[in-house]
Amino acid sequence: MSEPVVQVTSLRKRFGSHEVLKGVDLTVHQGEVVVIMGPSGSGKSTLLRCMTFLEVPDEGTVTIDGRTVTAGPLTKERMEKVRDIRRHTGFVFQSFNLFPHMTALENVMEGPVTVLRVPKAEARRRAEELLSKVGLTDHMHKHPSRLSGGQQQRVAIARALAMSPSVILFDEPTSALDPELVGEVLQVMRALAREGMTMVIVTHEMAFARDVADRVIMMDDGAIIETGSAEQIFTEPREERTRRFLSRMWRDGAP
Amino acid sequence: MELALQSLPALARASLVTVGLAAASMAAGLAIGLVTALIRIANIPVLSHLMRAYVSIIRGTPLLVQIYLVYYGPPQFGWSLEPVPSGILALSLNVGAYLSESFRGAIESVPKGQMEAAYTLGMTYWTAMRRIIVPQSFRTALPTIGNSYIGLLKDTSLVSVITVTELLRQSNVIIARTWQPLTIYLTAAALYWVMSTMFSYVQQRVERRVSRHV
Ligand SMILES: Nc1ncnc2c1ncn2[C@@H]1O[C@H](COP(=O)(O)OP(=O)(O)OP(=O)(O)O)[C@@H](O)[C@H]1O
Ligand SMILES: [Mg+2]
Repeated sequence: MSEPVVQVTSLRKRFGSHEVLKGVDLTVHQGEVVVIMGPSGSGKSTLLRCMTFLEVPDEGTVTIDGRTVTAGPLTKERMEKVRDIRRHTGFVFQSFNLFPHMTALENVMEGPVTVLRVPKAEARRRAEELLSKVGLTDHMHKHPSRLSGGQQQRVAIARALAMSPSVILFDEPTSALDPELVGEVLQVMRALAREGMTMVIVTHEMAFARDVADRVIMMDDGAIIETGSAEQIFTEPREERTRRFLSRMWRDGAP
Repeated sequence: MELALQSLPALARASLVTVGLAAASMAAGLAIGLVTALIRIANIPVLSHLMRAYVSIIRGTPLLVQIYLVYYGPPQFGWSLEPVPSGILALSLNVGAYLSESFRGAIESVPKGQMEAAYTLGMTYWTAMRRIIVPQSFRTALPTIGNSYIGLLKDTSLVSVITVTELLRQSNVIIARTWQPLTIYLTAAALYWVMSTMFSYVQQRVERRVSRHV
């Protein structure tokens, strides 16, 4: 296989006395779609956040597209590298976090113009392209407050894409949405997967995972307990804890 | 009544001075307030303590004393400012301290996810502040900024004590000549009221416009 796009090694993170990540290793290759599942509090969000240093890991290393940052306090030098990693890593939040004082178009242009110094006209053309790709041509000039949750999340995905990232991290992108709006966001993500975008997705959408995941990772209590294809994990999980988690998911009305 | 009308041109001209003093002090105060708030929030060593002391001193002393100090204090060291610049300096230091507190509150009330979203695009702390956080906090702080301006319009009357010929001092000058304090002060009060009310109206329109997108 090609060089990995993401390589996380022995990542540890504690909040006070609570060890939330207990040495996590993760490798993601070009074009791979990895879905992370696991019970609430197992450290899924913390793992994604540590990968872009929104939380600073205590130990381990993160390499994204050949750029390596070791864990440790954010000195000036490390901060430089962290920003370099962030410029090449998309992040999609559960709560969208669009900039409310900007239109959809301005949200998507913001990163390229302010961070990458792309000329405005060029950034605008590309932002329009991306917004039409996520089906929002008619809503480009609206502020987030005028958009539905599903539309906001699609703008957020376009905003991440505008940086031409090597990988996009999704933290439960559909969990804050009304059920009838989940589909439109998943559809956009499916299309990205088909185009070969490298993605790491925390989600509870099992049908979606079965569709797009090249690999499903089960986390529990700060560690990866099982890895496999969606088919294998969902139909013949090796771990008792995986089985328990999945049976709870089925019961709670997953498809 | 006739006297009120006669004195109106002079008082109206002095009102312009009042508006000018308030506008200039507000502009400087906004800058001072924003910088102070940012220094304190970013917790810049030494500076942040200095700013805290500055805010505390301004808030804990009367504006009139501050005006006297700025005007009469420096000449003891051999350098002095004209009345108008002194007045603007004192007023802007005063309003800046109060505004810094509102900015601080407004900046801290911007949801944490906004800074995080800016970070994930690769922005530095200060770029994120400038592009994402401060513009949003301005919207939150807008009502307070408007009210501070109305307060400032009225507080300018205090710089009459250092011989700035604004509305109140002009009134005193006319009273010294005509000895009709009731008429003149009532006219002056009416002019203050007109200025405040006109600004309130503008403020409401601006706020309604801005709040459409938040
Ligand atoms: N900033 C923080 N300070 C203290 N504890 C935290 C912090 N962030 C997360 N935690 C704790 O770390 C643990 C893992 O949290 P995390 O959000 O990573 O879990 P998760 O797997 O994403 O769960 P969920 O499915 O509920 O989103 C939880 O016990 C949580 O309370
Ligand atoms: Mg989570």
